[in-house]
Amino acid sequence: MGAQLRVYRRRMRSVQSTKKITRAMELIAASRIAKAQAAVRASQPYVREITKVISALASQSVIDHPLVSEKPNPSRAAVLVVSSDRGLAGGYNANAFKAAESLYSLLRGEKKEPVVYAIGRKAVGYYRFRGRTLEQEWTGFSEQPTYAAAKEAADALIEAFVKPTEEGGVDEIHIVYTEFVSALRQAPVANRILPLVVVDTEEEAPDGPLPLYEFEPGAESLLDALLPRYVETRVFAALLESAASESASRRRAMKAATDNAEELIKTLTRAANAARQAEITQEISEIVGGADALASSGSE
Amino acid sequence: MAELQVALVSVEREIWSGEAREVNTRTTEGELGILPGHTPLLGQLTAGATVRISRDGGDIVAAVHGGFLSVTDEGVTVLAEIAELSDDIDTARARTALERARSENDEDAESRAEARLAAAGEKV
Repeated sequence: MGAQLRVYRRRMRSVQSTKKITRAMELIAASRIAKAQAAVRASQPYVREITKVISALASQSVIDHPLVSEKPNPSRAAVLVVSSDRGLAGGYNANAFKAAESLYSLLRGEKKEPVVYAIGRKAVGYYRFRGRTLEQEWTGFSEQPTYAAAKEAADALIEAFVKPTEEGGVDEIHIVYTEFVSALRQAPVANRILPLVVVDTEEEAPDGPLPLYEFEPGAESLLDALLPRYVETRVFAALLESAASESASRRRAMKAATDNAEELIKTLTRAANAARQAEITQEISEIVGGADALASSGSE
Repeated sequence: MAELQVALVSVEREIWSGEAREVNTRTTEGELGILPGHTPLLGQLTAGATVRISRDGGDIVAAVHGGFLSVTDEGVTVLAEIAELSDDIDTARARTALERARSENDEDAESRAEARLAAAGEKV
Protein backbone atom coordinates (compact mmCIF):
# COMPACT_ATOMS: atom_id res chain seq x y z
CA MET A 1 0.00 0.00 0.00
CA GLY A 2 1.25 3.46 -0.87
CA ALA A 3 2.17 5.97 1.79
CA GLN A 4 -0.51 8.40 0.65
CA LEU A 5 -3.28 5.85 0.96
CA ARG A 6 -2.10 4.80 4.41
CA VAL A 7 -2.22 8.39 5.64
CA TYR A 8 -5.80 8.79 4.39
CA ARG A 9 -6.91 5.53 5.98
CA ARG A 10 -5.40 6.53 9.31
CA ARG A 11 -7.16 9.89 9.29
CA MET A 12 -10.44 8.24 8.39
CA ARG A 13 -10.16 5.90 11.35
CA SER A 14 -9.43 8.80 13.66
CA VAL A 15 -12.36 10.87 12.39
CA GLN A 16 -14.58 7.80 12.60
CA SER A 17 -13.85 7.33 16.30
CA THR A 18 -14.29 11.04 17.01
CA LYS A 19 -17.65 10.81 15.32
CA LYS A 20 -18.64 7.93 17.57
CA ILE A 21 -17.81 10.01 20.62
CA THR A 22 -19.65 13.12 19.45
CA ARG A 23 -22.65 11.03 18.42
CA ALA A 24 -22.77 9.46 21.89
CA MET A 25 -22.50 12.88 23.55
CA GLU A 26 -25.28 14.18 21.32
CA LEU A 27 -27.59 11.37 22.36
CA ILE A 28 -26.75 11.75 26.04
CA ALA A 29 -27.36 15.51 25.87
CA ALA A 30 -30.66 14.93 24.08
CA SER A 31 -31.92 12.68 26.85
CA ARG A 32 -30.66 15.13 29.48
CA ILE A 33 -32.67 17.98 27.91
CA ALA A 34 -35.89 16.06 28.46
CA LYS A 35 -34.89 15.29 32.04
CA ALA A 36 -33.87 18.88 32.75
CA GLN A 37 -37.10 20.21 31.28
CA ALA A 38 -39.08 17.80 33.42
CA ALA A 39 -37.17 19.11 36.47
CA VAL A 40 -38.03 22.68 35.49
CA ARG A 41 -41.68 21.76 35.18
CA ALA A 42 -41.71 19.81 38.43
CA SER A 43 -40.30 22.77 40.34
CA GLN A 44 -42.99 25.14 39.11
CA PRO A 45 -45.78 24.28 41.57
CA TYR A 46 -43.56 25.33 44.47
CA VAL A 47 -42.59 28.60 42.81
CA ARG A 48 -46.24 29.33 42.07
CA GLU A 49 -47.35 28.59 45.62
CA ILE A 50 -44.59 30.48 47.37
CA THR A 51 -45.25 33.50 45.15
CA LYS A 52 -48.91 33.28 46.06
CA VAL A 53 -48.11 33.09 49.77
CA ILE A 54 -45.71 36.02 49.67
CA SER A 55 -48.17 38.12 47.66
CA ALA A 56 -50.80 37.33 50.28
CA LEU A 57 -48.44 38.42 53.02
CA ALA A 58 -47.46 41.54 51.13
CA SER A 59 -51.07 42.48 50.55
CA GLN A 60 -51.77 42.45 54.24
CA SER A 61 -48.79 43.92 55.92
CA VAL A 62 -46.38 46.56 54.79
CA ILE A 63 -43.30 44.60 53.88
CA ASP A 64 -40.43 46.22 55.66
CA HIS A 65 -37.65 43.73 55.51
CA PRO A 66 -33.92 44.08 54.75
CA LEU A 67 -34.27 41.77 51.76
CA VAL A 68 -36.83 43.96 50.01
CA SER A 69 -35.63 47.46 50.84
CA GLU A 70 -33.32 49.31 48.48
CA LYS A 71 -30.10 50.42 50.13
CA PRO A 72 -29.12 54.06 49.85
CA ASN A 73 -26.11 54.74 47.60
CA PRO A 74 -25.40 51.21 46.42
CA SER A 75 -21.68 50.81 45.76
CA ARG A 76 -21.08 47.08 45.53
CA ALA A 77 -23.11 44.62 43.49
CA ALA A 78 -22.70 40.85 43.58
CA VAL A 79 -23.04 38.97 40.31
CA LEU A 80 -23.66 35.24 40.32
CA VAL A 81 -22.54 33.75 37.02
CA VAL A 82 -23.99 30.34 36.17
CA SER A 83 -21.87 28.30 33.77
CA SER A 84 -21.29 24.63 33.04
CA ASP A 85 -18.76 22.27 34.55
CA ARG A 86 -17.75 20.75 31.25
CA GLY A 87 -17.07 22.26 27.87
CA LEU A 88 -18.10 21.08 24.40
CA ALA A 89 -21.36 22.96 24.67
CA GLY A 90 -20.93 25.38 21.78
CA GLY A 91 -21.29 29.01 22.72
CA TYR A 92 -23.15 28.30 25.95
CA ASN A 93 -20.47 29.49 28.36
CA ALA A 94 -19.05 32.20 26.12
CA ASN A 95 -22.51 33.74 25.76
CA ALA A 96 -23.11 33.71 29.49
CA PHE A 97 -19.73 35.36 30.14
CA LYS A 98 -20.43 37.97 27.49
CA ALA A 99 -23.75 38.81 29.16
CA ALA A 100 -21.91 39.01 32.49
CA GLU A 101 -19.28 41.36 31.05
CA SER A 102 -21.90 43.74 29.71
CA LEU A 103 -23.63 43.65 33.11
CA TYR A 104 -20.31 44.60 34.78
CA SER A 105 -19.84 47.61 32.55
CA LEU A 106 -23.44 48.62 33.17
CA LEU A 107 -22.89 48.37 36.93
CA ARG A 108 -19.60 50.27 36.74
CA GLY A 109 -21.44 52.98 34.83
CA GLU A 110 -23.76 53.27 37.84
CA LYS A 111 -20.75 53.50 40.16
CA LYS A 112 -21.22 50.03 41.54
CA GLU A 113 -18.31 47.69 41.94
CA PRO A 114 -19.14 44.19 40.66
CA VAL A 115 -18.26 41.31 42.98
CA VAL A 116 -18.24 38.00 41.16
CA TYR A 117 -19.58 34.69 42.45
CA ALA A 118 -19.21 31.75 40.10
CA ILE A 119 -21.07 28.51 39.58
CA GLY A 120 -19.50 25.89 37.31
CA ARG A 121 -15.90 24.99 36.57
CA LYS A 122 -15.91 26.92 33.29
CA ALA A 123 -16.67 30.22 35.00
CA VAL A 124 -14.01 29.53 37.62
CA GLY A 125 -11.48 28.82 34.86
CA TYR A 126 -12.50 31.89 32.88
CA TYR A 127 -12.01 34.31 35.76
CA ARG A 128 -8.88 32.58 37.11
CA PHE A 129 -7.23 32.80 33.71
CA ARG A 130 -7.95 36.52 33.57
CA GLY A 131 -6.60 37.03 37.05
CA ARG A 132 -9.91 38.29 38.46
CA THR A 133 -10.81 37.55 42.01
CA LEU A 134 -13.80 35.38 42.71
CA GLU A 135 -15.64 36.01 45.93
CA GLN A 136 -16.88 32.45 46.11
CA GLU A 137 -17.29 29.52 43.76
CA TRP A 138 -19.36 26.35 43.59
CA THR A 139 -18.77 23.53 41.13
CA GLY A 140 -19.80 19.99 40.34
CA PHE A 141 -23.55 20.16 39.82
CA SER A 142 -24.17 22.15 36.65
CA GLU A 143 -25.88 19.36 34.74
CA GLN A 144 -28.08 18.08 37.53
CA PRO A 145 -28.48 20.85 40.08
CA THR A 146 -29.90 19.95 43.47
CA TYR A 147 -31.82 22.24 45.73
CA ALA A 148 -29.13 21.85 48.37
CA ALA A 149 -26.60 23.33 45.95
CA ALA A 150 -28.87 26.25 45.12
CA LYS A 151 -29.51 26.82 48.82
CA GLU A 152 -25.81 26.91 49.60
CA ALA A 153 -25.17 29.56 46.95
CA ALA A 154 -28.28 31.56 47.79
CA ASP A 155 -27.50 31.55 51.51
CA ALA A 156 -23.97 32.81 50.89
CA LEU A 157 -25.41 35.62 48.76
CA ILE A 158 -28.03 36.54 51.33
CA GLU A 159 -25.37 36.63 54.02
CA ALA A 160 -23.26 39.00 51.91
CA PHE A 161 -26.33 41.12 51.24
CA VAL A 162 -27.24 41.46 54.90
CA LYS A 163 -23.70 42.40 55.90
CA PRO A 164 -22.98 46.16 55.90
CA THR A 165 -21.13 47.35 52.81
CA GLU A 166 -18.13 48.57 54.77
CA GLU A 167 -17.50 45.08 56.09
CA GLY A 168 -17.43 43.52 52.65
CA GLY A 169 -21.15 43.18 52.12
CA VAL A 170 -22.95 43.92 48.89
CA ASP A 171 -25.89 46.18 48.11
CA GLU A 172 -27.40 44.32 45.21
CA ILE A 173 -27.38 40.80 43.88
CA HIS A 174 -27.63 39.95 40.21
CA ILE A 175 -27.69 36.57 38.55
CA VAL A 176 -26.55 35.73 35.04
CA TYR A 177 -27.90 32.48 33.67
CA THR A 178 -29.06 31.01 30.40
CA GLU A 179 -32.74 30.91 29.73
CA PHE A 180 -34.11 27.91 27.89
CA VAL A 181 -36.26 29.52 25.22
CA SER A 182 -36.57 26.47 23.02
CA ALA A 183 -34.47 23.47 22.07
CA LEU A 184 -32.90 25.63 19.38
CA ARG A 185 -32.54 28.89 21.23
CA GLN A 186 -31.02 29.62 24.61
CA ALA A 187 -30.61 33.21 25.65
CA PRO A 188 -28.32 34.47 28.41
CA VAL A 189 -30.18 36.76 30.79
CA ALA A 190 -29.16 38.97 33.68
CA ASN A 191 -31.65 39.53 36.48
CA ARG A 192 -31.52 41.32 39.77
CA ILE A 193 -32.64 39.06 42.59
CA LEU A 194 -31.97 41.28 45.59
CA PRO A 195 -33.36 43.60 46.79
CA LEU A 196 -36.42 41.59 45.99
CA VAL A 197 -39.25 42.74 43.86
CA VAL A 198 -42.08 40.41 44.66
CA VAL A 199 -43.82 39.65 41.42
CA ASP A 200 -47.51 39.72 42.00
CA THR A 201 -48.69 37.31 39.37
CA GLU A 202 -52.27 37.21 40.49
CA GLU A 203 -54.70 39.85 39.54
CA GLU A 204 -56.42 41.66 42.29
CA ALA A 205 -59.80 40.18 43.01
CA PRO A 206 -62.39 42.44 41.37
CA ASP A 207 -64.68 42.51 44.37
CA GLY A 208 -63.18 43.06 47.77
CA PRO A 209 -59.67 42.44 49.10
CA LEU A 210 -57.94 39.08 49.46
CA PRO A 211 -59.10 36.96 52.37
CA LEU A 212 -57.76 37.95 55.74
CA TYR A 213 -55.12 35.57 56.89
CA GLU A 214 -54.15 34.44 60.31
CA PHE A 215 -50.42 34.16 60.81
CA GLU A 216 -48.60 31.57 62.81
CA PRO A 217 -46.17 32.90 64.01
CA GLY A 218 -46.52 36.64 63.30
CA ALA A 219 -46.30 38.16 59.86
CA GLU A 220 -42.80 39.44 60.43
CA SER A 221 -41.20 36.20 61.53
CA LEU A 222 -42.99 34.49 58.68
CA LEU A 223 -41.43 36.90 56.23
CA ASP A 224 -38.05 36.31 57.86
CA ALA A 225 -38.43 32.64 57.11
CA LEU A 226 -40.14 32.93 53.74
CA LEU A 227 -38.07 35.52 51.89
CA PRO A 228 -34.79 33.56 52.02
CA ARG A 229 -36.72 30.52 50.73
CA TYR A 230 -38.01 32.68 47.90
CA VAL A 231 -34.48 33.78 46.95
CA GLU A 232 -33.34 30.17 47.09
CA THR A 233 -36.10 29.09 44.75
CA ARG A 234 -35.18 31.88 42.33
CA VAL A 235 -31.58 30.68 42.29
CA PHE A 236 -32.71 27.08 42.00
CA ALA A 237 -34.98 27.94 39.07
CA ALA A 238 -32.07 29.70 37.36
CA LEU A 239 -29.86 26.64 37.87
CA LEU A 240 -32.50 24.33 36.43
CA GLU A 241 -33.02 26.55 33.38
CA SER A 242 -29.28 26.74 32.86
CA ALA A 243 -28.97 22.98 33.08
CA ALA A 244 -31.60 22.55 30.38
CA SER A 245 -29.88 25.19 28.25
CA GLU A 246 -26.50 23.56 28.75
CA SER A 247 -27.75 20.21 27.51
CA ALA A 248 -29.54 21.81 24.57
CA SER A 249 -26.39 23.73 23.61
CA ARG A 250 -24.28 20.63 23.94
CA ARG A 251 -26.65 18.60 21.85
CA ARG A 252 -26.56 21.17 19.09
CA ALA A 253 -22.78 21.50 19.21
CA MET A 254 -22.31 17.75 19.16
CA LYS A 255 -24.77 17.34 16.31
CA ALA A 256 -22.78 19.87 14.30
CA ALA A 257 -19.58 18.01 15.18
CA THR A 258 -21.08 14.67 14.11
CA ASP A 259 -22.33 16.12 10.83
CA ASN A 260 -18.95 17.66 10.25
CA ALA A 261 -17.20 14.35 10.92
CA GLU A 262 -19.49 12.64 8.42
CA GLU A 263 -18.64 15.27 5.84
CA LEU A 264 -14.95 14.83 6.56
CA ILE A 265 -15.18 11.06 6.23
CA LYS A 266 -16.87 11.46 2.87
CA THR A 267 -14.13 13.74 1.56
CA LEU A 268 -11.42 11.51 2.93
CA THR A 269 -13.01 8.42 1.36
CA ARG A 270 -13.04 10.16 -2.00
CA ALA A 271 -9.41 11.20 -1.62
CA ALA A 272 -8.43 7.69 -0.50
CA ASN A 273 -10.21 6.15 -3.49
CA ALA A 274 -8.47 8.53 -5.84
CA ALA A 275 -5.13 7.69 -4.25
CA ARG A 276 -5.80 3.96 -4.56
CA GLN A 277 -6.80 4.34 -8.20
CA ALA A 278 -3.72 6.41 -8.91
CA GLU A 279 -1.60 3.67 -7.37
CA ILE A 280 -3.24 0.99 -9.51
CA THR A 281 -2.89 3.06 -12.64
CA GLN A 282 0.73 3.61 -11.87
CA GLU A 283 1.33 -0.09 -11.30
CA ILE A 284 -0.39 -1.00 -14.56
CA SER A 285 1.57 1.53 -16.53
CA GLU A 286 4.74 0.23 -14.90
CA ILE A 287 3.87 -3.36 -15.87
CA VAL A 288 2.91 -2.35 -19.40
CA GLY A 289 6.04 -0.28 -19.65
CA GLY A 290 8.13 -3.21 -18.37
CA ALA A 291 6.48 -5.68 -20.77
CA ASP A 292 7.03 -3.28 -23.67
CA ALA A 293 10.66 -2.94 -22.75
CA LEU A 294 11.09 -6.74 -22.57
CA ALA A 295 9.27 -7.27 -25.85
CA SER A 296 11.32 -4.69 -27.66
CA SER A 297 14.58 -6.04 -26.24
CA GLY A 298 13.61 -9.65 -27.29
CA SER A 299 12.77 -8.74 -30.86
CA GLU A 300 16.15 -7.23 -31.54
CA MET B 1 -69.20 16.77 54.06
CA ALA B 2 -67.07 19.25 52.28
CA GLU B 3 -63.62 18.09 51.35
CA LEU B 4 -60.29 19.83 51.57
CA GLN B 5 -58.14 20.23 48.50
CA VAL B 6 -54.66 19.40 49.73
CA ALA B 7 -51.37 19.77 47.90
CA LEU B 8 -48.01 18.76 49.28
CA VAL B 9 -45.36 20.52 47.24
CA SER B 10 -41.61 20.23 47.66
CA VAL B 11 -39.05 22.40 45.95
CA GLU B 12 -38.21 19.74 43.42
CA ARG B 13 -41.68 18.48 42.61
CA GLU B 14 -45.30 18.19 43.70
CA ILE B 15 -45.34 15.19 46.01
CA TRP B 16 -49.02 14.60 46.50
CA SER B 17 -52.30 16.32 45.86
CA GLY B 18 -55.89 15.32 46.29
CA GLU B 19 -58.91 15.54 48.53
CA ALA B 20 -58.83 14.96 52.25
CA ARG B 21 -60.98 15.27 55.35
CA GLU B 22 -58.43 16.71 57.71
CA VAL B 23 -54.82 17.83 57.88
CA ASN B 24 -52.81 17.63 61.08
CA THR B 25 -49.41 19.09 61.62
CA ARG B 26 -47.33 21.19 63.96
CA THR B 27 -46.44 24.83 63.40
CA THR B 28 -43.90 26.78 65.41
CA GLU B 29 -46.85 27.82 67.62
CA GLY B 30 -48.16 24.35 68.29
CA GLU B 31 -50.23 21.44 67.05
CA LEU B 32 -52.76 22.32 64.43
CA GLY B 33 -55.63 20.48 62.86
CA ILE B 34 -57.39 21.79 59.78
CA LEU B 35 -60.89 20.85 58.79
CA PRO B 36 -62.84 22.08 55.77
CA GLY B 37 -63.92 25.69 56.18
CA HIS B 38 -60.90 26.69 58.23
CA THR B 39 -60.12 30.37 58.24
CA PRO B 40 -57.27 31.43 55.91
CA LEU B 41 -53.93 30.90 57.59
CA LEU B 42 -50.24 31.08 56.89
CA GLY B 43 -48.01 29.09 59.17
CA GLN B 44 -44.43 28.03 59.49
CA LEU B 45 -43.96 24.38 60.34
CA THR B 46 -41.41 23.27 62.91
CA ALA B 47 -38.10 21.92 61.71
CA GLY B 48 -38.77 18.25 61.21
CA ALA B 49 -42.55 18.31 61.29
CA THR B 50 -44.83 15.52 60.21
CA VAL B 51 -47.95 16.20 58.20
CA ARG B 52 -50.85 13.77 58.46
CA ILE B 53 -53.46 14.01 55.74
CA SER B 54 -56.57 12.07 56.74
CA ARG B 55 -58.71 10.87 53.90
CA ASP B 56 -60.84 7.96 52.83
CA GLY B 57 -58.74 5.03 51.80
CA GLY B 58 -55.78 5.47 54.11
CA ASP B 59 -54.02 8.40 55.68
CA ILE B 60 -51.03 10.00 54.10
CA VAL B 61 -48.15 10.85 56.37
CA ALA B 62 -45.13 12.82 55.29
CA ALA B 63 -41.98 14.08 56.93
CA VAL B 64 -41.55 17.72 56.07
CA HIS B 65 -38.45 19.80 56.54
CA GLY B 66 -38.42 23.58 56.27
CA GLY B 67 -42.10 23.74 55.57
CA PHE B 68 -44.87 26.31 55.36
CA LEU B 69 -48.58 25.84 55.47
CA SER B 70 -51.05 27.94 53.59
CA VAL B 71 -54.76 27.58 54.12
CA THR B 72 -57.11 29.42 51.80
CA ASP B 73 -60.72 29.03 50.80
CA GLU B 74 -59.58 26.81 47.96
CA GLY B 75 -57.63 24.40 50.09
CA VAL B 76 -54.46 23.61 51.95
CA THR B 77 -50.97 23.81 50.52
CA VAL B 78 -47.93 22.52 52.32
CA LEU B 79 -44.70 23.99 50.95
CA ALA B 80 -41.60 22.07 51.89
CA GLU B 81 -37.92 22.29 51.26
CA ILE B 82 -37.71 18.53 51.63
CA ALA B 83 -40.72 16.25 52.00
CA GLU B 84 -40.95 12.49 52.03
CA LEU B 85 -44.01 10.29 52.12
CA SER B 86 -43.97 7.62 54.80
CA ASP B 87 -43.99 4.88 52.17
CA ASP B 88 -40.82 6.23 50.61
CA ILE B 89 -38.89 6.46 53.83
CA ASP B 90 -36.12 3.99 54.43
CA THR B 91 -36.32 3.53 58.21
CA ALA B 92 -32.96 1.80 58.48
CA ARG B 93 -31.27 4.69 56.74
CA ALA B 94 -33.18 7.23 58.78
CA ARG B 95 -32.06 5.47 61.94
CA THR B 96 -28.38 5.51 60.98
CA ALA B 97 -28.76 9.15 59.96
CA LEU B 98 -30.24 9.88 63.39
CA GLU B 99 -27.40 8.14 65.19
CA ARG B 100 -24.82 9.97 63.12
CA ALA B 101 -26.55 13.30 63.74
CA ARG B 102 -26.63 12.61 67.48
CA SER B 103 -22.96 11.70 67.62
CA GLU B 104 -22.05 14.82 65.65
CA ASN B 105 -24.43 17.03 67.63
CA ASP B 106 -26.06 18.22 64.42
CA GLU B 107 -29.45 19.38 65.65
CA ASP B 108 -30.77 20.14 62.21
CA ALA B 109 -30.04 16.69 60.87
CA GLU B 110 -31.31 15.14 64.09
CA SER B 111 -34.73 16.73 63.87
CA ARG B 112 -34.91 15.80 60.21
CA ALA B 113 -34.14 12.16 60.92
CA GLU B 114 -36.58 12.12 63.83
CA ALA B 115 -39.32 13.47 61.60
CA ARG B 116 -38.67 10.80 59.03
CA LEU B 117 -38.86 8.07 61.65
CA ALA B 118 -41.99 9.55 63.17
CA ALA B 119 -43.66 9.77 59.77
CA ALA B 120 -42.80 6.16 59.08
CA GLY B 121 -44.51 5.25 62.34
CA GLU B 122 -41.36 4.21 64.19
CA LYS B 123 -40.55 4.93 67.79
CA VAL B 124 -37.75 7.42 68.16
